[in-house]
Amino acid sequence: MMNLRAAGAIYKFEMARTGRTIWQSVVSPVLSTSLYFVVFGAAIGSRITEIEGVNYGAFIVPGLIMLTLLTQSTMNASFGIYFPRFTGTIYEILSAPISGIEIAIGYVGAAATKSIILGLIILATSFLFVPLHIAHPFWMLAFLVLTSITFSLLGFIIGIWADGFEKLQIIPLLIITPLTFLGGTFYSTSVLPPLWQKITLFNPVVYLISGFRWSFFEISDVSHTVSIGMTLLFLAICLAVVWWIFKTGYKLKN
Amino acid sequence: MISINNLSKTYATGFRALKNINLEIKRGEIFALLGPNGAGKTTLIGIVCGILKPSEGTVTVDGHDIIADYRAARSLIGLVPQELHTDAFESVWATVSFSRGLFNKPKNPAYVEKILRALSLWDKKDNRIMTLSGGMKRRVLIAKALSHEPQVLFLDEPTAGVDVELRKDMWQVVRDLRASGVTIILTTHYIEEAEDMADRVGVISKGEIILVEDKAELMHKLGKKQLILQLQKKLDVLPPALAAHNLTLAKDGTELVFTYDTQAERTGVTAMLSALSAADIRFRDLSTTQSSLEDIFVGLVSER
Ligand SMILES: Nc1ncnc2c1ncn2[C@@H]1O[C@H](COP(=O)(O)OP(=O)(O)O)[C@@H](O)[C@H]1O
Ligand SMILES: [Mg+2]
Repeated sequence: MMNLRAAGAIYKFEMARTGRTIWQSVVSPVLSTSLYFVVFGAAIGSRITEIEGVNYGAFIVPGLIMLTLLTQSTMNASFGIYFPRFTGTIYEILSAPISGIEIAIGYVGAAATKSIILGLIILATSFLFVPLHIAHPFWMLAFLVLTSITFSLLGFIIGIWADGFEKLQIIPLLIITPLTFLGGTFYSTSVLPPLWQKITLFNPVVYLISGFRWSFFEISDVSHTVSIGMTLLFLAICLAVVWWIFKTGYKLKN
Repeated sequence: MISINNLSKTYATGFRALKNINLEIKRGEIFALLGPNGAGKTTLIGIVCGILKPSEGTVTVDGHDIIADYRAARSLIGLVPQELHTDAFESVWATVSFSRGLFNKPKNPAYVEKILRALSLWDKKDNRIMTLSGGMKRRVLIAKALSHEPQVLFLDEPTAGVDVELRKDMWQVVRDLRASGVTIILTTHYIEEAEDMADRVGVISKGEIILVEDKAELMHKLGKKQLILQLQKKLDVLPPALAAHNLTLAKDGTELVFTYDTQAERTGVTAMLSALSAADIRFRDLSTTQSSLEDIFVGLVSER
């Protein structure tokens, strides 16, 4: 019998934390996204008006949303589980009649919820700046939700692995953000020289952005079925790692 | 209620904190686990509560194995940890309700209110925890541990650095809990607490349980009694006639102290008194003292 009440309690606790830091949580990503529009949209957009028939400002919207989803999901989920480890309040969760699945549902669910809300807010904000049309709303939402969950799981893993605040920030800062910028947030990878196009395929974020962009404009760097497959693959990998963590008690229990 | 069998714990450092512990805690009793710092008390509690992994051995709580049947086992247990691990930004009410949810209990505001009132936390229920004093934080931890109506309560060093007021409140809560049938295990190195509260006492030292005994029995068995005689006239030396008796002079010769074993077949009190009267030593008053758990404890631990 699952203890969903416990998962709910953790979820509520985490959402309350988001609520308390609403300024950092919501306003700052929206602000920085708007700045991207102003800077990139205006500066570059005046030279590159269109990419593959799509207005440049609109073209970067899926990339910008992905950028936020990836960084916010990992940062939030990692902080959510790292903080009780840091303060010692984790003792209560470890002593409760609760399984790893329920702990993960609580923390990952809350982090993913927050990312999804942020993604939708940024999407809404984008409508103010650029003409947007969403060709496949279902797939758009599917990418949004699956990516948020996957990267919240990744954040959860980081939060368990980390044993200091530096480690907590290092992966989002040194890996995820660069990969997102290089993964076609602001350009189509087809503009790259052929060799770089090949290398880019090792960047997992390319598949996420490409699939997400396809759901808006039906243009993509890689086939959208490949993107969907890759998204599910990353999700499966993260789930497997989380499962292993709870099975072995890795870093949670001495 | 709790059955610990051949339990050992070796930390990742290779340090063996518990060595083959066997211990039965009876339903409804207050069990005091006494031991010096580093003896392994917190480690033992951590394993029973699911915070640490045992290296060897088994533990069952009301028949439920703490690993195979962890949900049932943990549902029964409330833990007040030694360290003040609290949230900062949450309100008292929110954090106690959170604990209740973690333990899969439906909302029950009336019950939470009852606990908060018993712990004098009611008027602080909307305060953020970080604004509370250390004593108040400890009350919050107790409230959290009681939030899910546990059948077994662990109190790890509950009164370390705690003010008199809280001690009083806490012992009242503990007595009420015991009266309602809750089993209570407390660790302490304040012996008076064990002496006041416990039904049974276990002594742990260097990861080994060296003694488990009924408190009264223990005091009785190991208790040396002293008979103190206040003399009418000061004595400079003990008269040789009295040398055979276990007597010492104290307080500059104004008192004679007779130490005897209450369990012995002959305590020697009568013979000693006759010897005194034969030597014509008169006394104004007499009193007896019995050694406390503290004396017993210090004796036991230093023997090792
Ligand atoms: N995580 C750990 N790693 C290694 N040794 C530990 C750890 N935690 C506690 N110990 C050691 O185990 C022993 C028992 O500690 P503890 O159970 O906290 O004792 P007590 O609660 O009786 O004071 C101590 O010597 C302590 O240093
Ligand atoms: Mg301790």
